[in-house]
Amino acid sequence: MQAFTCPFCGHRDETEFHFVVEAGKPRPEPSEEVSDEKWAAYLHMGKAPKGEAREIWLHITCGLYFLMTRDTVTRDILSSECLLEASE
Amino acid sequence: MTSFRHETLGSKIDRSKVIKFEFDGRIVSGFEGDTIASALLANGVRLVGRSFKYHRPRGVWGMGSEEPNALVDVLIDGKSTPNLKATTIKAREGMVVRSVNVSPSAAKDRYRFMDLFNRFIPAGFYYKTFMALGWDRWEPMIRKMAGLGRIDANNQPPVDSPQINAECDVLVIGTGPAGLAAAKAAAEGGQKVWLIDEAQDLGGSLRWRGGTIDGKDWPEYAALSKEAVLKAGGKILLDTTLWGAFDQHMFAAWQRFTSSPDLHWRIRAKKTILAAGAIERPLWFANNDLPGVMSAEAAMHYLVCYGIVPGTDILIGTANDLTYPIAQAFGNAGVNVTLIDQRQSGPELQGVRHAYGVKLTSAEGHNGVTGATVDGEYVSTDAILVSGGYTPTVHLWCQSGGKLDWQPEIDGLVPRPGTSDMIVVGAANGTYALNAALKEGHAAGGGRGRAPKSVLKQNPAIEPVRPDPDLKGRQWIDMQNDVTLKDVSLAASEGFQSVEHLKRYTTLGMATDQGRTSNFAGLAAMSAITGKSIPETGTTTYRPPFQPVPLVTISGRRRGDLFNPLKRLVLEDAHRSEGARFREYGGWLRPSVYGVGDETTLAQEEAMIARSNVGIFDASPLGKLEVIGPKAGELLDFTGYVRMSTLKPGRARYGFMLAESGIVYDDGVVLRLDENRFIVSASSSHVDGVRWKLEDGRQDRLGGKGVYIHDMTSAWTTLTVTGPKASELIAGAGIELPALTHMSVSETKFEGRPLRIARISFTGDKSFELSVPSLHAENLRNRLSGALAQFGGKWIGLEAVMIMRAEKGYILIGKDTDGLTMPHDLGWAGPREKRTDEYIGKRSLFTPEGKSNTRKQLVGFETLDNNPLVTGSHLVPVDGDRRSLGYVTSSYFSNTLKRPIALGLLENGTGRIGQVIGCFNNGEIRMAKVIGPCALDPEGVRLNG
Ligand SMILES: [Zn+2]
Repeated sequence: MQAFTCPFCGHRDETEFHFVVEAGKPRPEPSEEVSDEKWAAYLHMGKAPKGEAREIWLHITCGLYFLMTRDTVTRDILSSECLLEASE
Repeated sequence: MTSFRHETLGSKIDRSKVIKFEFDGRIVSGFEGDTIASALLANGVRLVGRSFKYHRPRGVWGMGSEEPNALVDVLIDGKSTPNLKATTIKAREGMVVRSVNVSPSAAKDRYRFMDLFNRFIPAGFYYKTFMALGWDRWEPMIRKMAGLGRIDANNQPPVDSPQINAECDVLVIGTGPAGLAAAKAAAEGGQKVWLIDEAQDLGGSLRWRGGTIDGKDWPEYAALSKEAVLKAGGKILLDTTLWGAFDQHMFAAWQRFTSSPDLHWRIRAKKTILAAGAIERPLWFANNDLPGVMSAEAAMHYLVCYGIVPGTDILIGTANDLTYPIAQAFGNAGVNVTLIDQRQSGPELQGVRHAYGVKLTSAEGHNGVTGATVDGEYVSTDAILVSGGYTPTVHLWCQSGGKLDWQPEIDGLVPRPGTSDMIVVGAANGTYALNAALKEGHAAGGGRGRAPKSVLKQNPAIEPVRPDPDLKGRQWIDMQNDVTLKDVSLAASEGFQSVEHLKRYTTLGMATDQGRTSNFAGLAAMSAITGKSIPETGTTTYRPPFQPVPLVTISGRRRGDLFNPLKRLVLEDAHRSEGARFREYGGWLRPSVYGVGDETTLAQEEAMIARSNVGIFDASPLGKLEVIGPKAGELLDFTGYVRMSTLKPGRARYGFMLAESGIVYDDGVVLRLDENRFIVSASSSHVDGVRWKLEDGRQDRLGGKGVYIHDMTSAWTTLTVTGPKASELIAGAGIELPALTHMSVSETKFEGRPLRIARISFTGDKSFELSVPSLHAENLRNRLSGALAQFGGKWIGLEAVMIMRAEKGYILIGKDTDGLTMPHDLGWAGPREKRTDEYIGKRSLFTPEGKSNTRKQLVGFETLDNNPLVTGSHLVPVDGDRRSLGYVTSSYFSNTLKRPIALGLLENGTGRIGQVIGCFNNGEIRMAKVIGPCALDPEGVRLNG
């Protein structure tokens, strides 16, 4: 069992997190102009890199969606970044 | 003669405290400090079990978790545990110990005849024979004879094993000299050290081999190490098996207790030092599995710690220097002992008979050793202690990803530096000399200054010993799984030469000892047969657990009711007092029906009463996700299929939430309380999922600004009043009902506290959902319940609601939809055709799949007889080739309509309305007419009345 780092809560147990999606995949829009191929790639094609991976994770206990960079081989957590700007 | 207790020796036993327990029906007497194995040996019990396949007699071989033979079922304190190793379990007063794989006892096993058939049962015998003859016929008999311990079906172990997460700076595994030195050095450097050992005492091999460290007897050094660890805030866990290495330096450990529940630890370490020692290998000769043949190292351990003398005339066979102190110890204890070494020379021995260049070729005897053949000559002996060298215990190293290198000097595989970030020291690293092990441990612990010193400076000489294919008789490679050298040869000749194939074909190393004493032998034998080197032959993969761990320890408290705890209603007790019977629905424990009798009949009666008069059901699990803020409408438009920003305050609208794949994820009603406040009524089992989808949209789409989401589901209780007399009942209960049309909502007061009334319906009848903060649920319930009799109403359970919603053609997501259902398959094509803005799942609705004209669509069925269809029946064409066109998703008998009703998903279903279709179930085809999903009141008179 791994431990991940939430930018808000810190070092927490893996069971508190959900994987959401690989980072860096902007949603193709508007729908009317997106080809079937492009949409299928958006939905189904992941890089699943060996080594450094940038992923969006959800920390279930606090509800934050954040960007985590981790090494899929060594399981090292390289960084965790909050994606929300601070509210005024 | 067999084993007995020495008059004075035994550092671990307290002779003033006698312990009695039962073994296979006889009373065995031992001392406080004994293990089951040592107590049995002290009582001369040599035959402790029968082997797995041939039911060969077997005795104690080892001293710890490497034990292949002495497996027992133990009953104590009302708790029975199968397949424990007698070598690792403390003897306790009153325990009942039973040998495994025997019937009725090890000595009188009725299956011992199996051994006579051994030449008909080679490796792969069961695969080859019984598969060809029809496994079904043979399985029951084979199952009965196979397996080891017996599970007591009545034994319900308590849910009591706590699971604890912990962190430390340095984890030291093993408390032998290298481990003690590492722990001491690290602790003195200010590190928080956790020191763990499988044994019940510190010291590892020092406990029987002894030694001086820095000029003092070793226990003093162990005490200093312990003190340093505790002083630096560390911890020492004894009688604890570190059974697995996992990602991110996490380790699992099982700590055993006798008077309190065992503990299960998950330890994260910044640095790990493995000092797990080494395990002695057997020698291979004919009948090397006879009781009385024992690991020489284990025998010395039993002699020094428990005062066990294994026989009156002991023969020791070896080819390495490490056996010499063992022979010397027996000589010093005044035991009659002879050492024979296959080599031409060896270290000094004082007062012990010994011979060089001679080889042990067989053990003689029936149920135990009575003699041996040495260089072709019969010699009389009652105990044979053997050493075929040592195997470093590298399991955890390999589990953590480490690779191995062949080291000829020790005839073994050792960790290859740099392939895992664990540090391996001492015997686990192939370093057998005490002085060198201390030095390695000290360095690994980051010790500054001089390393602790001892006398033995050179690594002892070890000559490789291998199984000899030319030797007559059966040489046992794996004693627990009954694999002989011949089986390995057979596997090799049949092409199973890879060690992974060898293992699976012969079951070598697959027993509960995980091949501690046999893997190397199998590998060495294969290497000899194929002519490949040992590094070329390779090893099998090491996987957790290091030794068997009780499942109750791993599962901890997550068992029974706590395995997947159900959500409970605030009004559960009140429903029970009304006669409710409960079932699980989507993770909630809810009333299925009220009253005594057949559930289906009760549900139909409840549905009838609700249709004709009025019924109340607890709808609290229905999601209540508050979406608040100026951008709430925008968020719901994006996350939903049906636009909600156009909803007027005080109104409700039914909608769907899709996945980006276009598949319907959930359905439900959205209420708009005011301009900036919505409530999303997610399906009760999808509340969390819907909440995360909304939260995802809030943070990702809106940057977290302008909207907040609160899950108020369990904070509010919802009671739904449904039926033609719903308004009257509410008024009769003294609750003022605002004027509400169908699909509208109003916030009002109840006894001065908030009450939300939504007129929406899941039954097809006029319904009001009354929601109050759960603190006041009891009052609301009592008022409504009190008025029921007056209007001929009744509490109704979920089963009645299921019938009513199906009559109306209202779907249940996941029951009437599947992983391919899109909203236009359910008759909701409007938003797909009209919406020009973006929403989740939109693009997928226009893929070739989404536009296909063979999509499965929701329809209803009318049976041609009076029996309901079977849910799950496949829909097939009436003529032509039979293929599945879909299936029945819901089916009930409707008392209201006086006929069966059903819903289903049918390929191009809308286009088939009016046609007859086959419903295939269990070989039978029944005909049904395809109709629209709504069977009751399609005009909505009941809803709007
Ligand atoms: Zn968090």
